[in-house]
Amino acid sequence: MKRAGFSTKWMPIMLLMPQLVIIAIFFYWPAWHAIQSSFYLQDPFGFGSTFVGLENYTDLLGNSEYRRVALFTLVFTVLVTFFSLAIALLLAVKADNVLRGARTYRTLLMWVYAVAPPVAGFIGLIMFDQSWGPLTRLAGFFGWDFVLGVNFNDTAAAMVLVSVWKQIPVNFIFFLSGLQSIPRSVREAALIDNGSATGRFWDVTFPLLAPTGFFLLIINITYALFDTFGIVDTLVKGEPGNNPMTLVYKVYVDGFRGNDLGGSSAQSVILMVLVLALTVFQFRLIDRRIHYT
Amino acid sequence: MKRIAFTTAATLAFAANAAFAETEITWWHAMGGALGDTVNQIASDFNASQDEYKITPVFKGTYEETLTAGIAAFRAGEQPNVMQVFDAGAATVIGAKGATIPVQDLLADNGVDFDINDYIAGVRYFYADSDGKMIGMPFNSSTPIMYFNVQALEKAGVSAPKTWEEFQTVTAPALKEAGYTALSQSHLPWIFTENFHSRHNLPFATNNNGYDGTDTQILVNNDAIKAHFSAVKDWKDNGYFEWFGTGWGDNQTPFEEGKVAMWLGSSGSFGGLSKKDLPFDFSATMLPYWEGVTKEPTQTFIGGASLFAMAGHDAEENKATAAFFDFLTSAEVQYFWHKETGYVPITEAAYEMAKADGHYDRAPAAEVGIQQLSLPGGDNTKGYRMGFYVQIRDVMNREYGRILTGETSVEDAFKTIEDEANNLLARFAKTQG
Repeated sequence: MKRAGFSTKWMPIMLLMPQLVIIAIFFYWPAWHAIQSSFYLQDPFGFGSTFVGLENYTDLLGNSEYRRVALFTLVFTVLVTFFSLAIALLLAVKADNVLRGARTYRTLLMWVYAVAPPVAGFIGLIMFDQSWGPLTRLAGFFGWDFVLGVNFNDTAAAMVLVSVWKQIPVNFIFFLSGLQSIPRSVREAALIDNGSATGRFWDVTFPLLAPTGFFLLIINITYALFDTFGIVDTLVKGEPGNNPMTLVYKVYVDGFRGNDLGGSSAQSVILMVLVLALTVFQFRLIDRRIHYT
Repeated sequence: MKRIAFTTAATLAFAANAAFAETEITWWHAMGGALGDTVNQIASDFNASQDEYKITPVFKGTYEETLTAGIAAFRAGEQPNVMQVFDAGAATVIGAKGATIPVQDLLADNGVDFDINDYIAGVRYFYADSDGKMIGMPFNSSTPIMYFNVQALEKAGVSAPKTWEEFQTVTAPALKEAGYTALSQSHLPWIFTENFHSRHNLPFATNNNGYDGTDTQILVNNDAIKAHFSAVKDWKDNGYFEWFGTGWGDNQTPFEEGKVAMWLGSSGSFGGLSKKDLPFDFSATMLPYWEGVTKEPTQTFIGGASLFAMAGHDAEENKATAAFFDFLTSAEVQYFWHKETGYVPITEAAYEMAKADGHYDRAPAAEVGIQQLSLPGGDNTKGYRMGFYVQIRDVMNREYGRILTGETSVEDAFKTIEDEANNLLARFAKTQG
């Protein structure tokens, strides 16, 4: 068979151009600007600026508050990722077994997917309202004096809860389709070997779900790190005060509320490095250990 | 048919002419809700009052969002003619020399009479430079005052406290006895920090509260304010005071619901409270002070925001901006704004007009803000000017929240605020280099 190819070098480049231009204008150019301004302290209006070298970075790393926000982001990401994956998996396994009314059940579970993060945050605000929120009352029933916006841990709990609730449907859809792509023959063979449903799940189903699970793990980590912005913003009402916030939200608070362009750019660059590390981790380390069917 | 076409053409030509003759200017502001309606009313009154200029007000979101939008627009060369900037953003916009035209110069260049002494004492120098030249036009000026539930105080058999000593020994215990939380407040940095310093005439920062340079150090870590916050924490522990979070509204709502008897808010909250159908009568009095700190309490700072004339527009548009400022500072417009919103009238003439019209006989609480701003001043009551102040306020909010939830001590919190604020000030100084 003849290999298909281009007769000139320019043709493929021309065809790639639109894509490359878009990437350059909307991704590389702003990223370059962020790196550049992270080495300066500049007047927001653009009149004065001083080259400060790595000072923006050393200021951040020396700031105990920044470390505190980073620690919270880590804990928050672990909790959100773990709970949204675990609960979604449980629901998917149960939904997979349902025969009667399966479609309705699945559709209902996916509904929340359509809720935008700020709206999810707003629903959280209503549910946890200080004086009449139903979930505040529920917590009160168990003797938990829940005060959103006042107590650090309470606000953190609300953030995790809303973020997990919002993410479960996405994970559910993927887990369910992953479960349904497991060949019937494999399941039937397992049924003969092992009588226990739990045993079958951990020995057969779970490893076969690993590619889906790994993909979702990365998706959920990025979700918890970046896409929860709207939820955090709504729950702290734009003014974090003593409430928890994530690293991405701090970039916004310092850059867009505080007009500290240099410090905010340095924080963005740190996050860029984090994403880069995450991507390398995804492709180099784990991808090789997961077997796709 | 022909005639219709002719008249249409003539009408169009006429309309085009009219549009050409008018100089159009834009005004970006952060006044939402009922305040926004009043802003729109002022703009359309200005447009109706003459036919040379047309101003278009545009609501840009919160104070922070408006400032950020204005900065981005300025860098792109698309800035509005008039931009509203709030108190905490003043250092940023005034520091960027060349971004704005000092309002005093703008008015003088366009033949509008200007005398800084026409303005009431409390607002005169807040948005001025160190030489006393007015840079921003103090537009919506307010000051923190104490609102109280008249029936609650009657039930407890007390009157509104003048001093914090009276509050903690007499008023608060009686209100607690009567089943109320005595006090809440809506803005800890503004009311319990900035205005704590002006009310007691204490220096808030070096360099003449920051007006005389950018190598400023904050002086917030002092015994008077630490004693105040220790007292506030005690009040909270005793059930005299409650804190409902950093948000403004979260602390105002319990007062409106009648659970909290006294609330420290803005004199500009008066209009909103009057329009609400509260289940009780409310009135207001001046912000209490500590007799142990001073026997002669001084005036407070203004809060709110001012209007800046952005640079980079042609002379014709600047003339329109000057004409608008002239209209805005007229006694009639100021009195209208004051009456509708509760923000203080910024000129003596407007204040006199409100008095003559009997506004304060009908609503005595409406006068408290301006009375407090007209109290004797001191060396430290003119205002303050600190860069990255929005972030400094964020640090204060964070540490105060931690004090009140018991996560940190007063001593540690003020040390942290001092260190982080001074670091931010040093960073801001470098942005100006």
